[in-house]
Amino acid sequence: MTETAPAPTETTESVEEFAARARAWLADNMPPIDPNNPPEHDRGEEEPWLRARELQKKLYEGGFAGICFPKEYGGLGLPIAYQKAFDNESRCYELPIILNTPTFTICAATILDTGSEEQKQQHISAALRGDEVLVQLLSEPSGGSDLAGVITRADRVGDKWVINGAKTWSTSAFAADYGLMLARTNWDVPKHEGLTMFLVPINSPGITLRRIKQVNGSVEFCEEFFDNLELGDDAVVGEVGGGWQVASRQLYHERRAVGGGSEFASGIGAEGKSDVPIDYVALLKKTGQADSEHARVLAGRALVHRAVREQLIDHVYHGVLDGSLPPAAGSIIRVTHAETHHLEFDTALAISGSSGVVDGGDDVLRFGERYLSRQTAALGGGTTEIAKNIIGERILGFPREYAADRGVPFNQVKRNKS
Amino acid sequence: MTEDANPERLLFASTTQSFLEKEASLARLRELHAAGASFEAGWWQRAAELGWTSLLVPEDLGGGSVSGDGVADLALVAELAGRTVAPGPLHPVSTVLAGLVEAPENHQDTIESLISGEAVASWAVYEPGKPWAPLNTSVTATRTETGYRIDGVKDRVEAGVESAVLLVVAQHEGAVRQFLVPTDAPGVRVEPQRSIDMVKSYARVHFDGVEVDDSAAVGTAEQTAGLIARQSQIAQMLQCAEVVGILDTVLAFTIQWGFDRHSFGRPIGSYQALKHKYADLKIWFEACRATTNAAVAEVASRSAGADMAVSVAKSYVGEHAPGMLQDCIQLHGGIGVTWEHDLHLFLRRVTLYRSMFGTPEDHNLHVYALTEHLEPAS
Repeated sequence: MTETAPAPTETTESVEEFAARARAWLADNMPPIDPNNPPEHDRGEEEPWLRARELQKKLYEGGFAGICFPKEYGGLGLPIAYQKAFDNESRCYELPIILNTPTFTICAATILDTGSEEQKQQHISAALRGDEVLVQLLSEPSGGSDLAGVITRADRVGDKWVINGAKTWSTSAFAADYGLMLARTNWDVPKHEGLTMFLVPINSPGITLRRIKQVNGSVEFCEEFFDNLELGDDAVVGEVGGGWQVASRQLYHERRAVGGGSEFASGIGAEGKSDVPIDYVALLKKTGQADSEHARVLAGRALVHRAVREQLIDHVYHGVLDGSLPPAAGSIIRVTHAETHHLEFDTALAISGSSGVVDGGDDVLRFGERYLSRQTAALGGGTTEIAKNIIGERILGFPREYAADRGVPFNQVKRNKS
Repeated sequence: MTEDANPERLLFASTTQSFLEKEASLARLRELHAAGASFEAGWWQRAAELGWTSLLVPEDLGGGSVSGDGVADLALVAELAGRTVAPGPLHPVSTVLAGLVEAPENHQDTIESLISGEAVASWAVYEPGKPWAPLNTSVTATRTETGYRIDGVKDRVEAGVESAVLLVVAQHEGAVRQFLVPTDAPGVRVEPQRSIDMVKSYARVHFDGVEVDDSAAVGTAEQTAGLIARQSQIAQMLQCAEVVGILDTVLAFTIQWGFDRHSFGRPIGSYQALKHKYADLKIWFEACRATTNAAVAEVASRSAGADMAVSVAKSYVGEHAPGMLQDCIQLHGGIGVTWEHDLHLFLRRVTLYRSMFGTPEDHNLHVYALTEHLEPAS
C-alpha cells in the first residue's frame, strides 16, 4: 500500500504566480457569492449535486481540479501550499464544496492509496472531471463502532461475487455513482481477515436505497439493501481478504477530512447557510446583549476555541508530514472538531436564551434547532470515544481494549444477543 | 520545542537545556524556596552570558539572536525553562527590553546592563485591586523643572525586590507614558508580595514624590500604546511558551506512570476511563502547542494579527493548563498531592500564569472586542 505523500513539485510556477492565475480565472469563470451568505446546498436534495458536477467540470476544464492529486490521474500534482492558495483565492466564489467529502477527501484518496491502476485511471479522473460522485458503504444496522464486524456477505458464485446484506449511514449515496463497500468474503477466519472492499455501481439492479431522516430534517444519509447484487473481480479494491487495510485508509482519510485537515479538499467555504460559522457579533446585537460582559466573554471563548481548532489542524497536518506526530494524530483533529462544535452550539444556545426555543421572528430559533443535532459531530466519522481509544492506544501506546472476538473465527463470534 | 532544525538554534537549545538541567533543577528550586530566595544574581548573569537577554535586542544596541528570529529563540528558552520550572527574571527583563529597544534613546546603558545580567528590571504595570488593564493607570507623572515626579502605587511587580530599575506606566497630561525609575531613588518603597509559586516573587511598589530626569521617559506619548502592546505580547507569549514546556514534561512522566503503575494486575493506562483522560491531555497539549506556536510566529513577524493570536493562545492555554495539571495529579493518585512529589511545583507555575497578564476571561473579552472591530455585525 502506498502512503499518501505530498506530491513532488513539478512546476516552475510559484505559489504566488499560481494564486494570481487562479484569481484571474475564478473571476472570469466561477459564480461569485457572498461567503457569509452562501447559496443553500442541502445535501439531501438532488439539485445541489447536479450543480456541483457542473462546477467541478468547469474547474477541471480550467485546470484547477485536483490540485494535490497526481497528474497521471487528472490532477495537478502540486503541494498543499498551492491548494491553500487556491482556497484563499476562491473564498468568494461558488465551488463544488459538497464533492469534497466523501468523494475527494476519502474515496478518491483511498483509491489512490489502494486501488488498481485501472481503478485510479477510471475513478479519480472521472471524479475530478465532475462525472462521478463517490461514497462509502461501510456502517451496518447491526454494527455501531465495530466496523470490522460487518455481516454483509460477498459469496463467490462461478466467476462472480454475489452480495447480500444491508448498509446504513451512507452520506449522500442517493446522488452517487459508485460506493466503496466492505463485505465479508471469508467467515472462517478472525473478523479483520475475512473482509474485502468492493467498488459498487450504486444504480445496479440488486440495490434498494432508502433515505434516513435525521432530527434536523436532513435526508442526506441513506441505507442500502443488497439482494443478490452481482459484481466482477474488477470491482475488488485491494486484495480479496484485504478489505480491512482498505477500510483503514478510508478511516484515516475520514478522520482527517472530518476535522478539516485534508489536502484533497478544494475550497474552504461553507456548504450552505446552516454550515456558516456562527456570527456572534450579529447574535449579540440581535438579542440585545451587545454590551453584556457575560455574553461577550462566552462568545469570546467560543471564538478562541474556533481559532485554536484551525491552528491545531495546521499543526497536526505538518506534524504528521514531518513525522513528529504519527498518522493516528488525525484523531486529535477529529475529537477537537466535535468538542469545538459542542462549545459553539452550547454557546449559541446560551446566548440565544428563550429566542432559541420559541420563534420570536428574529431567526434565532435556528440556534435551538442546531443544538438538537449537536451530537452528530461526535458520532460521524467514528465516535469521539473510538477516537480517544485510538489516541490512547496508537499515539500514547497504552494497551488495547479487551476484545472477545480477537483471534476467533468470525463464525464463532457472538453477535448482539444471538 | 520548535521543529526548526537551524543548527545554531539547536546548539543554543542544547546549551540552554544542559545549563538549566545542571543549574536550575527541581532540587535547586526547592533549595531556593527553603531559603526564601527567588534566584541568585550570579546564576542570572551566567544565564545572560548564554545569550538569553540579548535575543530581543538588535545588534546595534549590543544584542543579537542565534537564528535571526529573536522572538522565537526567546520562546524556546521559555519553553526549556518550563521543563524545570526554572527560577529567574527572564520574563520581566525580556518584557522591559522589548519596550526599551523600540525607544532606546537615553536608555543604552540600561539596555547594556540588562543584557549583561548585572541588572534586573521589571515592568510596573498592575495597580492594587485592579484587573489587567495596562493602559488604565492612576499613577501620575507630573512635570518638574528637570523632569517628572512620579506618585502612586503599583503591585504584582515580578522580581520587584531584585530589580534595579522599573519601567513604570503612568499618566501624564492625559496620556499614558512609561518611565524608567531606579528602585534606589528617594521616595521608592518596595514591599514584597507572596505568590503561589515556589520562587517567583512579586512586589508592591510605592512612589511618593519620586523625582526622575527628562531622560527617564521611554518613547513619546504617541509611541506608548504601541510599546505597551508589544510588551504585553512578549510577556504573554513567554508565559504560554513556558507552560508548553511544563505540560510537555508533566505529560511525559504522567504517561509513563500510566504504564508503570499497576492496579488489579493491570497498568492503569489500560483502563478506558483513564485512557480517555490521557487522550484528552494529549489533545489539549497539542492544541496548546499549536496556538502558542502561532502566537510566537505572529509576534515575531510583528503581524497585525499578533494581538489577536496572543490573546487566543493566552486564553486557551490559561483555560486548559491548570486543569490538565490537576488531571495529572488525579492520575498519580494520593502521591500527587504530597509536598515531596514535584507535581505541585509545576501546578503552582501554571496557576500563577493563568491569572497574570490577563485571565482567560479577560482575553476572551479582548478577542470578542477585536472580532467586533474587525467584523462589525451586518
